Amino acid sequence: MSLTGLFLISFLFVHLIGNLQLLANDGGESFNTYAYFMTQNPLIKTISYGLYFFIVLHAIQGLMIAAKNRSAKGYKYSKKTKENASWSSKNMAMLGILILAFICIHMGDFWFKMKFGSLPMKTYAGFENEVTDLYGRVMVAFQEWYIVLIYLIGLLALYFHLAHGFQSAFHTLGLNHKKYTPIIKGLGTVFSLVVSVGFAIIPIYIYINSL
Amino acid sequence: MKLTLKIWRQKGADKKGQLESYNVEASEHMSFLEMMDVLNEELISKKEEPVAFEHDCREGICGTCNLVIDGRPHGPQQGTTTCQLHMRHFKDGDTITVEPWRAKAFPVIKDLVVDRSSFDRIIQAGGYVSVNTGQAPDGNAIPIEKDEALSAFDAAACIGCGACVAACPNGSAMLFTSAKVAHLGKLPQGQVEHAARSKSMVDQMDAEGFGNCSNTGACEVECPKEISINNIAMLNRSYLSSIFGSNK
Ligand code: HEM
Ligand code: SF4
Ligand code: FES
Repeated sequence: MSLTGLFLISFLFVHLIGNLQLLANDGGESFNTYAYFMTQNPLIKTISYGLYFFIVLHAIQGLMIAAKNRSAKGYKYSKKTKENASWSSKNMAMLGILILAFICIHMGDFWFKMKFGSLPMKTYAGFENEVTDLYGRVMVAFQEWYIVLIYLIGLLALYFHLAHGFQSAFHTLGLNHKKYTPIIKGLGTVFSLVVSVGFAIIPIYIYINSL
Repeated sequence: MKLTLKIWRQKGADKKGQLESYNVEASEHMSFLEMMDVLNEELISKKEEPVAFEHDCREGICGTCNLVIDGRPHGPQQGTTTCQLHMRHFKDGDTITVEPWRAKAFPVIKDLVVDRSSFDRIIQAGGYVSVNTGQAPDGNAIPIEKDEALSAFDAAACIGCGACVAACPNGSAMLFTSAKVAHLGKLPQGQVEHAARSKSMVDQMDAEGFGNCSNTGACEVECPKEISINNIAMLNRSYLSSIFGSNK
């Protein structure tokens, strides 16, 4: 759980940096050539299949553990006066399902269309190959307010999932230290914020620009 | 002070239970258990069945007075057992809900009493150190650093009450198990079997039907002895080394 979770976290970071190129004001050149590189490079291809596998593994393991934990409790107290644990930490499975649903929508919209759909091709001076215009597809998609909304909900779920998950993964691996644990916790909060806000800027920026 | 109690009543392990309301007149100087005694005396004088609940030392060291009070194991007071909780923490006219520990591995026997023998079996699986027989060793033969001794002692403060399991949304016994593993493993005498002990105690915990730790931290908040979840990280570490390390 912790290892697959941390792998997904490192993916998110790279994914965010790559996608921020969408905001570059160059008609999609940097993003489309980047996407081309990402789909052609054999190393990236291998990593991406590993990524799909780890998402599925993480989701299946997480849901199985959550189901087992629920039955190990078996009963809810009839009265609760004070919360003794953070909301995120108690709702990891629900947040995970939201993220999974989001990933499916997200893949269907961009990855599936790029792989099997009929997105127009584009050529850029200084780049010898013809590349798929994924940038154009992104720009069209984020003109719809409901797609932007779906993204914001997905990112909100991601924020809460990571707000607990980041530091939890270190604890699960037994990495706990008087001095470093508070730093890890702080880093987890900052990372969750940066990743979700960073991704959220993209649809919001494109939507506002399209108005 | 006049109180309304909503108490979980259940005739036996395989019977269905429900919350029932009672009125009781208590003094604010009473402990929670003394207030329960008053209620039971009234029930007995009315020829009704008294409420079954566990208690023994009534001084916060045996870990049997296990009640979930208004949704919180051992009640609202931080770092206290139910027997050490006094009625001055409640107000006249309060309604107080009293339920048993809840976890699949702690089945209800009657009313508020649960079967915690699963904890005994976790201890049997590894909660000991092996020593050679013969002369009693010299008390100071093995020097132990002060900090180590203190942190082992902090873990040893666990009274095995099970509030951690009762508080955990996953019904996990990791805080209890980690306290026992840390208490022995932090001292040189317990080092020898540390990794193997971690594995066998965790395996027994799983076999008893306790859930998995997802680091919610609810246990640490409710533990009457304020055992830290740092012990859980230590247990995770030694569990990993029992699988991957050379020290099996
Ligand atoms: C990009 C996506 C994701 C990232 C970065 C991520 C990250 C993490 C991390 C770091 C943890 C903590 C692991 C630990 O404490 O050992 C975690 C736990 C969890 N994740 Fe995810 N996750 C993602 C997606 C998902 C999905 C899609 C699901 C389910 C459908 C899911 C379900 C869970 C559950 C149930 C837990 C709690 C497991 C436990 O109790 O130990 N996650 N996640
Ligand atoms: S760790 Fe705390 S709550 Fe759990 S059994 Fe020990 S004393 Fe009770
Ligand atoms: S009766 Fe012994 S700890 Fe409360």
